[in-house]
Amino acid sequence: MKTSELGKVFSDGEVIILQGEAGNFMYEILDGRVEVLQERGGKEVRLAVLAKGDFFGEMAIFEREVRSATVRALGEVRVLTVDKKILLRRISEDPSLALRILERMSHRIREMDNELVRLRTEEPREV
Amino acid sequence: MLSLDDNSRVAVIGGGPAGTFFSYFLLALAERMGMGIQVDIIESRDFSKPAPGGCNMCGGIISESLVQTLATEGIELSSTVVQRGIDSYVLHMDVGSVKIETPLQEKRIAAVYRGAGPRGIEEYRWDSFDGFLLSLAAKKGANIVSGRVDEVRFEDGRPLIKVRGGESQAYDLCVVAVGVNSGTLKLFENLDVKFVPPGTTKTYICEYALGQETIENYLGSSMHTYLLKIPRLEFAAMIPKGEYATVCMLGKQIDKQLVQSFLGTNEVKRCLPPDWDPQQEVCRCLPKINIKGSDKPFADRLLFVGDCGVSRLYKDGIGAAYKTAKAAATTAIFTGISEEAFRKRFWPACQKLERDNRIGKLIFSSVGLIQSFPFARRAILRMVATEQKNKGMPQRMSTSLWDLFTGSAPYRDVLLRMAHPFFLSRLIWNIMIEIWPFRSGKKQRRSHEDQ
Repeated sequence: MKTSELGKVFSDGEVIILQGEAGNFMYEILDGRVEVLQERGGKEVRLAVLAKGDFFGEMAIFEREVRSATVRALGEVRVLTVDKKILLRRISEDPSLALRILERMSHRIREMDNELVRLRTEEPREV
Repeated sequence: MLSLDDNSRVAVIGGGPAGTFFSYFLLALAERMGMGIQVDIIESRDFSKPAPGGCNMCGGIISESLVQTLATEGIELSSTVVQRGIDSYVLHMDVGSVKIETPLQEKRIAAVYRGAGPRGIEEYRWDSFDGFLLSLAAKKGANIVSGRVDEVRFEDGRPLIKVRGGESQAYDLCVVAVGVNSGTLKLFENLDVKFVPPGTTKTYICEYALGQETIENYLGSSMHTYLLKIPRLEFAAMIPKGEYATVCMLGKQIDKQLVQSFLGTNEVKRCLPPDWDPQQEVCRCLPKINIKGSDKPFADRLLFVGDCGVSRLYKDGIGAAYKTAKAAATTAIFTGISEEAFRKRFWPACQKLERDNRIGKLIFSSVGLIQSFPFARRAILRMVATEQKNKGMPQRMSTSLWDLFTGSAPYRDVLLRMAHPFFLSRLIWNIMIEIWPFRSGKKQRRSHEDQ
């Protein structure tokens, strides 16, 4: 990591957040990529690959639930941690700060809608 | 109520952080609302130039909370702007030094230069922070006007602004973001709005060319803060940058004698190479900072953001500029541009900062009091050293000092943490250990050199 870089570096395969754990941070990807995985019945399912400019870990901050998925570094990745306390305080002072998060979350819902439609139209449903 | 509409014209006088944050967020919100607003940022400095010609004169620290907030806004401070990521603080006192690490061992504080760098810089390896923000605002659609405003007047309730050598131009809103070191602020004192400028005090900032290797070896990625018993000196810091170190001093009537007293202390000398000469600073300035906000930084179609309005006491002035600029932009878009609109939505954000500053003054007075008693200084050092060695224990003193020196949390939070019974009982316990009569023979243990 260069002296003029911010954040923290995780090496390839390193777990950044773990499914089921409590979460007090959100993460911004400053460099590199991560994969989002969910474990179901002992099997890992990759939900998404996120890259520079994306953020993750926001659900545990807003829902007060445990982490819904594991996030692992795909190659070397540099992330910036955003404290729950700082984020929620700033949003309470300035709700417009949440606009970008809402924008990205609605983008993800749109992608999930498309995926749902694809699954329902391409695969026969069992009755 | 007065409001901005499609094709409204907004003049932003001053292209430092307050002016560019305002322009950036005004244009971003207008875009979301489907409004086409024209923003002119009038700036006389060229941020690509070194020394005062391109510098807005400050220590150049972007706080932990601002770095995180900007990241949430989608504004990343890249390594072309950040000269050094800071991950720790070293507190220096006459009784010893102790390193306070960021809770996550992460670089979350950015050391930057507001301009292209100090006087005499030979190689431009990093971009100016102010220049970076100005380019962001320009990418959002702001028009950058290079020049100095030499006349401001109101005609039919609208601001008319004249840039030197140009014609007066009418705007729907004038946002002043010129800081407290610009003569432009005087243009507003004689207007009917009766603007009263903020209260200020002088600081001292100087730069030393040490080279990357020396900085890495001696200062590392830590900001060095000094709480020393020197008359008139309240606080001092040394900030490692790319190839330079910035020394900032805060105190009463800072003069050459005070500067020399501080730079001549062993606490400063032990942070730097043996051949370092305090007289060899390459650039220095004595800028004013805001220590008491303007009583009414707004009127119909007129707004003062950043240092020339209300700021944060001593720490995180750029964070305060972000807050007031953002409050101003949301008010202008969602509430209006009348005095009433600003009082309703913009002014509460300023008042919150001012209320917190009053608590800050109380805390800094207490710190000054602690500086007067060697046993209290030793007790603080002992408490921090113990916490830093035992990361599992509650980091009460470390966190309080971290938030106080980094400006990461409101002063109110720092006070609440310091007023906690567990904090007070631990502090009293440590003070008792230090003043215990049998301890006089054990002075050797008092120094906690953790660097």
